[in-house]
Amino acid sequence: MPRFWVVGEPNADGSISKLSTEVATLARSLAEAAGGEAVGVVVAAEPGRAASELAAYLPRVIAVADPAIAGHAWSVPAAEGVAAVLGPDADGLVLLGAGPDGRDLAGTLAALTGRGVLANATAIGWDGRLVVEMGAFGGKLTTSSGFTGPGGIVTIRPNMITAEPLANPGTVEDRGPAGDPTLPRVAVVEQVEEAGAAAPIEEARIIVAGGRGVGGPDGFELVRELAVELGGAVGATRAAVDSGWIPYSQQIGQTGKIVKPNLYLALGISGAIQHKVGMQTAETIIAVNRDPDAPIAEFADLLVVGDLFEVGRALLVALRGRSG
Amino acid sequence: MHIVVLTKPVPDPAAAAERLGSDLRLDRAASPTVVNGNDEYALEAALKLVEAHGGEVTLLTMAPPNASDTMRKALAMGATRGVLVTDPALAGSCVRSTDEVLAAALRELTFDLVFSGFDTSDGNAGVVGAATAARLGLPYLSNAAKIEPDPDTGRVRVRRITPTGYDVLEAPMPALVVCTQVLGEPRYPSLKGIMSARSKEIVSRSLADLGLDGAGVGGAAATTEVLDSRKPPARGETTVVRGSAEEGAAEIVALLASRRLI
Repeated sequence: MPRFWVVGEPNADGSISKLSTEVATLARSLAEAAGGEAVGVVVAAEPGRAASELAAYLPRVIAVADPAIAGHAWSVPAAEGVAAVLGPDADGLVLLGAGPDGRDLAGTLAALTGRGVLANATAIGWDGRLVVEMGAFGGKLTTSSGFTGPGGIVTIRPNMITAEPLANPGTVEDRGPAGDPTLPRVAVVEQVEEAGAAAPIEEARIIVAGGRGVGGPDGFELVRELAVELGGAVGATRAAVDSGWIPYSQQIGQTGKIVKPNLYLALGISGAIQHKVGMQTAETIIAVNRDPDAPIAEFADLLVVGDLFEVGRALLVALRGRSG
Repeated sequence: MHIVVLTKPVPDPAAAAERLGSDLRLDRAASPTVVNGNDEYALEAALKLVEAHGGEVTLLTMAPPNASDTMRKALAMGATRGVLVTDPALAGSCVRSTDEVLAAALRELTFDLVFSGFDTSDGNAGVVGAATAARLGLPYLSNAAKIEPDPDTGRVRVRRITPTGYDVLEAPMPALVVCTQVLGEPRYPSLKGIMSARSKEIVSRSLADLGLDGAGVGGAAATTEVLDSRKPPARGETTVVRGSAEEGAAEIVALLASRRLI
């Protein structure tokens, strides 16, 4: 009977990450299809809140409290905690989010347990074995892959499905740390919150993004206003980030983040391949660009040819008129 | 300061000619090869640190034999030498083989820091750095926006990007650091750099040289396999609107409303 282990990632405030609830929902449907079991694992200094929140989505969650994690980078001790819980279950399939912490944990866990990794899944199914869909070569191809043996680790991209809680929450089983750590701990000597840090763009349902055409940091004010009006997050191209107009955390594309929002509103973005690979799977793509021949004309649903400031301000007025 | 930079030759994304062969593995002949873009940021960060502290930068690559051509481009940026782990048995390696082989190659080298790029443009997994660090028992510091080694204390500080700002991490060296683009644009090789790269050393190592058994790594021992591949569904037609800003905005609002996005 295959077992699907969901690694729950706690947010900084101790709550469970939204992505983990999506992964848990996927794991439940896999368990049902495979006649198996879906189990959550949360490893943290104080896992209680995240574990009980994850139990809203999974019938059983194991909370590993390891006080020694406090003041240290999370992924390595968490991977050791997960490896200890997996223990003898060499067949166990481990599912986790494809965010920065998830990928770190996946790499460490792969080395600790000898499991293979399939990263950045865009869909996942059961056909007598796990079948994992991923994009390859910047989205030019979609591949289906599997593990050659039992057991494996899959990281899953945000926004692939909508998380659905159970009718009745599952149970939380408390455990202590497994034993002496074998891998070195890395101390966190300072934590800095940057003013104006925006909502994480990977999880945003609506993204308003600006490129070189925005022209400067002041231009991003309009991008921000539109994002606020639409209830979305602000994204950017590498050119805008490299120019220092907006932080790297908001960069979308080959060297930035890959996003799959319901709506991608691109202002002054030409749609070069390096940016396209980060947003081409958005459900609806709307572009405003002066150049009707920009590459984005080939994959946007709607291209408004014009000045992004004029169209953007007119759009703000129109949206406010609707809501007002 | 000795820094090893993990570099991977990848199909040039700009050429857009990548494809899988009939064996569902990357068809390496179909596309020109370049140094993975994110590895260039790691190399740039290493070169700057060596310029400040003295020392050497070694490239470590696992790839087919002709990868030495691509490695020359990274040597032209200023790396001191290259180590190319190459062996016919490595074809079709999965993540697990890759980190096992890189770890074995690193055991033969002396270093204060190992740098890896954020991910590769062909595989995108971004997990080999963490796995390699775990195999070697090295402290692992990821998503670096700033790297400050202190040769006097033997410790390294890294600014790790978080969703809301950054954490400052500290660990003893040797350590493995995953680099990001925030560390700074890679330099272009100078003519002098290109000339001197021709005579720089690239040491070739086989699996046997590293004491590894070909049966335990490479395609024969791959933990994952591609089952099939297909083109993703094409997006629909693009509606192009020209006219006044107000007309354009009205079209946007109409589409948003029809798709229940507002």
